Amino acid sequence: MSDASTVTIEIDGKTLEVKAGVMLIDIADDANIDIPRFCYHRHLTIAANCRMCLVDVENAPKPLPACATPVMDGMKVHTKSARAIAAQKATMEFLLINHPLDCPICDQGGECELQDVAMAYGGDVSRYTEGKRVVKDKDIGPLISTDLTRCIHCTRCIRFGEEIAGLRELGATGRGENMQIGTYIEHAVSSELSGNVIDLCPVGALTAKPSRYSARAWELNQYPSIAAHDCIGSHLSVHTFRSDTNRIVPIENSEINECWLSDRDRFSYKGLTSRDRLLKPMIKMDGQWRETDWQTALEKTFAAMQDTIRNYGADQIGVLASPNSTLEELYLLKKLTSNIDCFNFDHRLRQLDFSHQDQAPMIPTLGSSITDLESLDSVLLIGSNISKEQPMLGIRLRKAQKKGAKICQINHRVYDLRMPCEVGIAAHYRNLVLELAAVAKALNIDSSLLPHAANTLFVQAQILEKHSQIAEILKNGEKSHVILGNQAISSPYYSLVEIFARAIATSCNCLFGYLTDGANATGAWLTGAIPHRDYNGASQKTAGLNAQSMLEQPRNLYLLHNIEIDYDCADPVTALSAVASSDFVVCMTPYVSSDMQNYADILLPISPYLETSGTFINIEGRVQTFAGASKLKNSEARPAWKIIRVLGNYFDIDGFEFNSSKEILEEIERTIGEFKGDNTATITEATALADKEDVIYRCSEVNMYHSDSIVRRSEPLQNTPEAKEDRIHINADLAKKLNLERATQVLVKHGNKTIAMHLAIDDTVANDCAWTSFATATSKKLGPMYGVIELEAD
Amino acid sequence: MVNEVCFKNIDKDKAWKLDVYQSTGGYNVLKKILQEKTDPATIIDELKTSVLRGRGGAGFPTGLKWSFMRRDDPGQKYIVCNSDEGEPGTCKDRDILRYNPHALIEGMIIAGYTIGASVGYNYIRGEFWQPYERCEEAIEEARAAGLLGKNIFGSGFDFELHSHLGAGAYICGEETALLESIEGKKGQPRFKPPFPASYGLYGKPTTINNTESLASVPEILSRGGQWFLDIGKPNNGGSKLFSVSGHVNKPGNFEVPMGMPFSELLEMAGGVRHGRRLKAVIPGGSSVPILPGEIMMDTNMDYDSITEAGSLLGSGAVIIMDDLTCMVSVLANLSHFYMSESCGQCTPCREGTGWLSRVVHRIEHGEGRMEDLDMLFDVAVKMGGNYYEREGGRTICALGDAASMPVLSFLKHFRKEFEYHIEHKKCMVARY
Ligand SMILES: Cc1cc2nc3c(=O)[nH]c(=O)nc-3n(C[C@H](O)[C@H](O)[C@H](O)COP(=O)(O)O)c2cc1C
Ligand code: SF4
Ligand code: FES
Repeated sequence: MSDASTVTIEIDGKTLEVKAGVMLIDIADDANIDIPRFCYHRHLTIAANCRMCLVDVENAPKPLPACATPVMDGMKVHTKSARAIAAQKATMEFLLINHPLDCPICDQGGECELQDVAMAYGGDVSRYTEGKRVVKDKDIGPLISTDLTRCIHCTRCIRFGEEIAGLRELGATGRGENMQIGTYIEHAVSSELSGNVIDLCPVGALTAKPSRYSARAWELNQYPSIAAHDCIGSHLSVHTFRSDTNRIVPIENSEINECWLSDRDRFSYKGLTSRDRLLKPMIKMDGQWRETDWQTALEKTFAAMQDTIRNYGADQIGVLASPNSTLEELYLLKKLTSNIDCFNFDHRLRQLDFSHQDQAPMIPTLGSSITDLESLDSVLLIGSNISKEQPMLGIRLRKAQKKGAKICQINHRVYDLRMPCEVGIAAHYRNLVLELAAVAKALNIDSSLLPHAANTLFVQAQILEKHSQIAEILKNGEKSHVILGNQAISSPYYSLVEIFARAIATSCNCLFGYLTDGANATGAWLTGAIPHRDYNGASQKTAGLNAQSMLEQPRNLYLLHNIEIDYDCADPVTALSAVASSDFVVCMTPYVSSDMQNYADILLPISPYLETSGTFINIEGRVQTFAGASKLKNSEARPAWKIIRVLGNYFDIDGFEFNSSKEILEEIERTIGEFKGDNTATITEATALADKEDVIYRCSEVNMYHSDSIVRRSEPLQNTPEAKEDRIHINADLAKKLNLERATQVLVKHGNKTIAMHLAIDDTVANDCAWTSFATATSKKLGPMYGVIELEAD
Repeated sequence: MVNEVCFKNIDKDKAWKLDVYQSTGGYNVLKKILQEKTDPATIIDELKTSVLRGRGGAGFPTGLKWSFMRRDDPGQKYIVCNSDEGEPGTCKDRDILRYNPHALIEGMIIAGYTIGASVGYNYIRGEFWQPYERCEEAIEEARAAGLLGKNIFGSGFDFELHSHLGAGAYICGEETALLESIEGKKGQPRFKPPFPASYGLYGKPTTINNTESLASVPEILSRGGQWFLDIGKPNNGGSKLFSVSGHVNKPGNFEVPMGMPFSELLEMAGGVRHGRRLKAVIPGGSSVPILPGEIMMDTNMDYDSITEAGSLLGSGAVIIMDDLTCMVSVLANLSHFYMSESCGQCTPCREGTGWLSRVVHRIEHGEGRMEDLDMLFDVAVKMGGNYYEREGGRTICALGDAASMPVLSFLKHFRKEFEYHIEHKKCMVARY
């Protein structure tokens, strides 16, 4: 018996009790009954255009597509009857008549859905003797190759753009046989998710440009791993050919990345074989770089550290580590530094305001699970270009938006988030605080709880319609979320931003969370990769210098772990001069650059991501461990944890006898135990807002394809239009004010540096604001990510 | 009983003007309905009694279609008129638009009232420039007279009507492709279900009817469903416009009672040109099966009779062919049409229409092979189903069926001519 919501159907003689209205193909999939398909994809809407899934439904006047036929009570379905098979074979024949059948020279061969299904349903000789269709290929950028003659018009790629990426880049032009996939006007696709169409395309029409023709699918080994370029921790599979990474594809994980992957996570591996790779330990002697062996290099490192401690004190050592470091590396670094009484250890390289760090929660997290984002009613993004910075979260918010969630953003630029935004406010970093104060005021928060610096702003704040709108939206949502993005965390007024953001969240009963830089900032907080706290938020005897202070007050010796100081720090000019003026710089690095050769004294090659094992904690607080997958030929690089362990041994520190990263993780689990991903905090410490002046405020966003050293060396990513975005953006008002309306190039003066930059007049940018992309070759010549600049015509 | 409904005023000077339309009682029934607030169910019942069957091609009863709309559900609903008239051979809607646009407007307002829609769209074929202008003029007249707009006849009922000019795609006559096209998208049929009555224009409940169906409504309601039914015969109510074309002396549109013998209609069209022998007839637009002349001469012009004879009444486009017609060349022409007009969305139609067209073209040009004939039949069945076995097509919309029916029927009735062509590399008949 079945009630209203369940029905009884029969597929191939199997009786099934199923939910009414579900499509037949889903039921069959769950019951392990195989139905061939091309256009159907469980994460895309139904198109029912390929007709491969036709099945025989009793009493229907024709075969029906299983992907688009909802089950009804009493339905009797045959997927293998003569009628069903005949219909499927007929479709197969139609699909193949114009297909080039060039499997031997097709990159998809061996993992092609068309090839697989044709094996089962195709004929051996074609009845079609007419000329076949040929379609001109299109250049859609450095990531995706097109061989459109092979296209079977399933429209998965089109639907992906519309439905998941939120950017309609691929579409079909032409009618009938002349229907073609393309970008209409030929251009490189710019979606941060574009590579997913390679996985979606069932044939070899869209293939991965960086890896095609380099190996056959059956020659590859597969290793699961975790993505390393944002705080999401997408699951991926590393496919290696011999020992090289040949390509990366997503591993389905419904709680994190579903079946998607960002282009950054998919194509960054190309940076692993860059010519910049450091293959052997190197040492500078009399201004000359020499290769050396590991023992010498490590002994010299130890000796230099000891000298500094002896002559100037451990406080003269500064240790900076990438937020992409593994949990194990950071844990050992903390163990090492605190044992030698050095507390100048930080991973918050792109942060400028540390005034409230003592009140920060133990670890920064999103404040909800990734999947929960889908069920939000409203969200306020502060300083976040979420779709590019964390593309997987962009997908989730887009889904929420489609279900009716209202998206608001307060940013330096009103970003195209690839989804409609209810309210978008553009404000430079100083005004952004005032905008937040106005929203807080519109919410009538209890201002007596605000610290003084915030309270004065609150009193002055003027509520405009947009502020009330945001307030209403957040208040009315049953499930709302206030999110501080990467750019909020980098703000010189981070503390004020956080105070108001928290006040808003509290007053609306919203969730509150952060989006942090790198893959493992959460892990870094947990392991004490911060100057003011020990493991797990425990207090420590003294506080060291934070990342910015360590550079503003140059140290005698720097130990730099997996960073390029001139790209990875918030203030590249200060950073570079700090390391240049120090006595000794040790770089644990997978790459060497000419700048690094200038400032470093010892270069220790470390195995980067994919070549080493370790653990990341993602922004939900999810602990994810991975093993190494590939290895660079002729490289003596070592996993960083081994290097740190040896240093620990030299210093004779107890408990440095690890034989594997797993042993380190076990110790971390023992020491740290259960941790709480609780974001609650009361912030009262704040940096006071500078007086308003008639100046131009520079605001920056880390260019997604320059976010870390691997990404910066991935050639295909560097060839995208996104990576090349290196202009200074101002809005038309400011251009008018500065008489720059017709300028294409301007001189930008920041601090004591002046450089020429291309100008873009862009009305998404806030008033009196100059927006730049950061961590690029241009930005490293300028002052900090945020600051007052001058502009004049070149 | 000719010219009783849509062509009622066809002979009048400036028949398309509002005053002419009103001089024969136009808009009276709308006024009555709105002022008396006639129960929509009554209107639907009247239409059901009339057995007005959809004139767009499928012959679905209009009253029944209107009853699918949940009138009282909240939210916007739409009535859409299909004036795309793309079916080869059909030119009747064009004359309704040119000579009787007010009947359509009145019909659409009544439809809007009945199904609870306050907005209507008339999707007009891209090439119909003059008809479009006539409609626009008529809409202006109606608006100025308070027949469109707010509070029509002081009834509190509002209705707006917009014309939308297509861009020359046959597929946009398919009702869901038409909706996509109005929405500004590429004209491609939607997969059904959901049907337009629940998810139509802009996702709102929508009823789509052919021009002739809608333009017949005022006359039916003013003179009664029974009156209309009685013009025709049971299950085939009313009179209907037939567009007679091809090898006749007097091609044109004829509004005649359903059930009229084909021979009479042929006579009205002046008989076969040059007094030649009637060879074949496509009785309902190019998408329906062709029938040999002898069969047609024994058949009446109504849905049921033509179905019984082995074809379909379709859009009522009657294409006449005399004995100098080469069937291979006609099929080559038709198949080329369907290849060009397939939207390309679904596999069997995208690939099948091209396949059929190329093979027929090859035969026509003397490069056919005997085995092509069985293959053509087989490909047509695999794309559009087998009309003769009552098996439906495999495609999203009926264009696949439409492309396959000519192939199946030409091979069924005229296979010998194809064989001759293959064997002798030329036509069996002397052509014009
Ligand atoms: C390929 C194709 C083309 C069509 N073209 C037209 C057309 O030009 N005009 C029309 O009224 N109906 C056309 N139809 C039928 C419509 O889909 C629809 O059935 C009709 O507009 C409904 O109106 P009715 O119920 O009043 O007949 C077409 C159908 C198909 C499959
Ligand atoms: S390119 Fe690939 S995914 Fe896109 S429609 Fe063609 S076959 Fe489908
Ligand atoms: S999978 Fe069902 S029609 Fe394509």
